[in-house]
Amino acid sequence: MTTVSQAVTPERISPINTIQHGLIATSRSLLRLRSNPAEIIGLTFQPLMFVALFVFVFGQALMGSWQDYRDFVLPGIIVQMVAFATIGTGMTLFTDIDKGIFDRFRSLPIARSAPLIGAVLGDLVRYVLSLVVILVVGFLIGFRPPGGVVGTLAGAGVVLIFALALCWIWVYLGLIAKTAMTLQMYAMTLMFPLTFGGSTFVSPEQMPDWMAWFASVNPVTSVTDTVRGLMLGGPVAGPFAMTLLWSAAIAVVFFPLAVRAYVRRT
Amino acid sequence: MTYAIQAEGLVKNFGTTRALDGVSLRASAGRVLGVLGPNGAGKTTAVRVLATLIAPDAGHATVNGFDVVRDAHQVRRRIGLTGQYAAVDEELSGAQNLVLIGRLLGLPGPQARARAAELLAEFDLTDAGDRRVKTYSGGMRRRLDLGASLVGRPSVLYLDEPTTGLDPRSRGQLWEMVRKLVADGVTVLLTTQYLEEADHLAHDIVVIDHGKVIATGTPDQLKDRVGGQILNVQPVMLEELDRLAGVVREVTGVEPNQGDTSVSAPVDDPAVLPAVVRRLDAAGIGVAELALRKATLDEVFLALTGHTAEPGGEPDAPAPSTPSEQPQQHVRTPS
Ligand SMILES: Nc1ncnc2c1ncn2[C@@H]1O[C@H](COP(=O)(O)OP(=O)(O)OP(=O)(O)O)[C@@H](O)[C@H]1O
Ligand SMILES: [Mg+2]
Repeated sequence: MTTVSQAVTPERISPINTIQHGLIATSRSLLRLRSNPAEIIGLTFQPLMFVALFVFVFGQALMGSWQDYRDFVLPGIIVQMVAFATIGTGMTLFTDIDKGIFDRFRSLPIARSAPLIGAVLGDLVRYVLSLVVILVVGFLIGFRPPGGVVGTLAGAGVVLIFALALCWIWVYLGLIAKTAMTLQMYAMTLMFPLTFGGSTFVSPEQMPDWMAWFASVNPVTSVTDTVRGLMLGGPVAGPFAMTLLWSAAIAVVFFPLAVRAYVRRT
Repeated sequence: MTYAIQAEGLVKNFGTTRALDGVSLRASAGRVLGVLGPNGAGKTTAVRVLATLIAPDAGHATVNGFDVVRDAHQVRRRIGLTGQYAAVDEELSGAQNLVLIGRLLGLPGPQARARAAELLAEFDLTDAGDRRVKTYSGGMRRRLDLGASLVGRPSVLYLDEPTTGLDPRSRGQLWEMVRKLVADGVTVLLTTQYLEEADHLAHDIVVIDHGKVIATGTPDQLKDRVGGQILNVQPVMLEELDRLAGVVREVTGVEPNQGDTSVSAPVDDPAVLPAVVRRLDAAGIGVAELALRKATLDEVFLALTGHTAEPGGEPDAPAPSTPSEQPQQHVRTPS
């Protein structure tokens, strides 16, 4: 049997240690994803279903041509699916805390923030995955965005920026939720109005005034409009500025809240 | 004697619940300290404070001389924690779980894998190593969890109710592993609800209840305080329970614990047994069952605190609680 030398843990945690530990914790999230086919199927199936439903069920009725609606709605579905995926970050955190896995990590001589970094960075990969699925499905049903590869990648980047801000809401809720049920309830009550009450599926001009007003201030509208602009052509600067503003606002509020909740549970 | 763990007046409140109410304890280096207490006594809370997971509201504690709050990182470099519920990632394989911790502890990939293989072998999990933990039995999970807390070769190990929910065989295996660790010089703090377990493993015992230490000592000292054994008498006719209790009181000199179908009392001297038999015979009380057995945790509690371990539980909980038909069976079987 190989003899193993004693692990040499650092005398104190340096920023380099923090990065190392954060990346190792991230690799755990990726391992989980790889060893859990059910999650990959879930991550793939939901976008597939939404694309199929909206393009082929509502498309013709909404725009008179499912091809036109396909081009309109795909950026919206990308934003919605990635926004939904951020809920998973909170769920994973909740389960880790609930199962005591966080306690194990926190009893190790590693950077305090490593599990948090691991959860968020690891989930970034999941966000990318759901994004790629929609783009591939879109491509298969004829989605050829005029913005080309550059516009598509830029659009994807904008969605990920927003997701990275949005996920802190879920990190926070995942840390303070008492049960998985309450977390799920937060998810429903928050994500449905946000992702449906915007420019995701129809133009806000078609909505009654009050709803149109809500849609106009909804961050999901800004993100969706930016992605549409980048992929399909149209104004980008205005909605992009709003997207950055919203992302910053969400991060400024929820990042410290999440960190405080995290330290509390520590 | 040097102490690996020293806690002084630990207090921890959760809202209005005072989980720890001034707990002081000491674990000698290289020995097993058993922390004994009923549900809600504060065992887990104490472990969490000593494992740097929560800060106490008052009091302080050191592990190998390092303060659990101020020098938390130094403490973490020396401890291993096996919590009350197996804290392993169910989506990963057993090996992946162990490698992950090895990597976090700074072992390079190949070394982390070698250490994982070593621990899997030690805990009889080699064959299951590549299976997802989800498919493990409770006992396997527990063993993996213990393995996970040993990756960094801690010098102080916390085991929070390590055998709760295990079958007798797995329990025995786990005890064996703990003994091996202690032989290697590891200090172990073990919480348990089972007097038997503390008896088997612990060199020293701290009994806590409602967040307070109510007794400390070696297992033998504790049992002496309770009276080494428990006399349990069951009358043939339940109506005679009171008279029976009177006799037992007279012979043993202590207030017996009267259950629904039997009377029990701690006894120091096995010679009381014939004495009780003679007195009951003289009083004409038919006896269905008469036995001496070891004290249970509940009786330790009863003796130490005057109340049973389980608030609201049956007063004679651990006594071989006999179904109501059983006394009648005894009637037909002359004793
Ligand atoms: N996070 C918490 N929030 C609120 N109350 C808590 C918390 N943790 C523990 N308590 C309370 O503190 C008391 C002590 O709990 P603790 O878990 O330490 O007991 P225990 O001895 O480990 O019990 P058990 O044998 O059931 O594991 C209990 O009344 C419990 O309800
Ligand atoms: Mg406990």
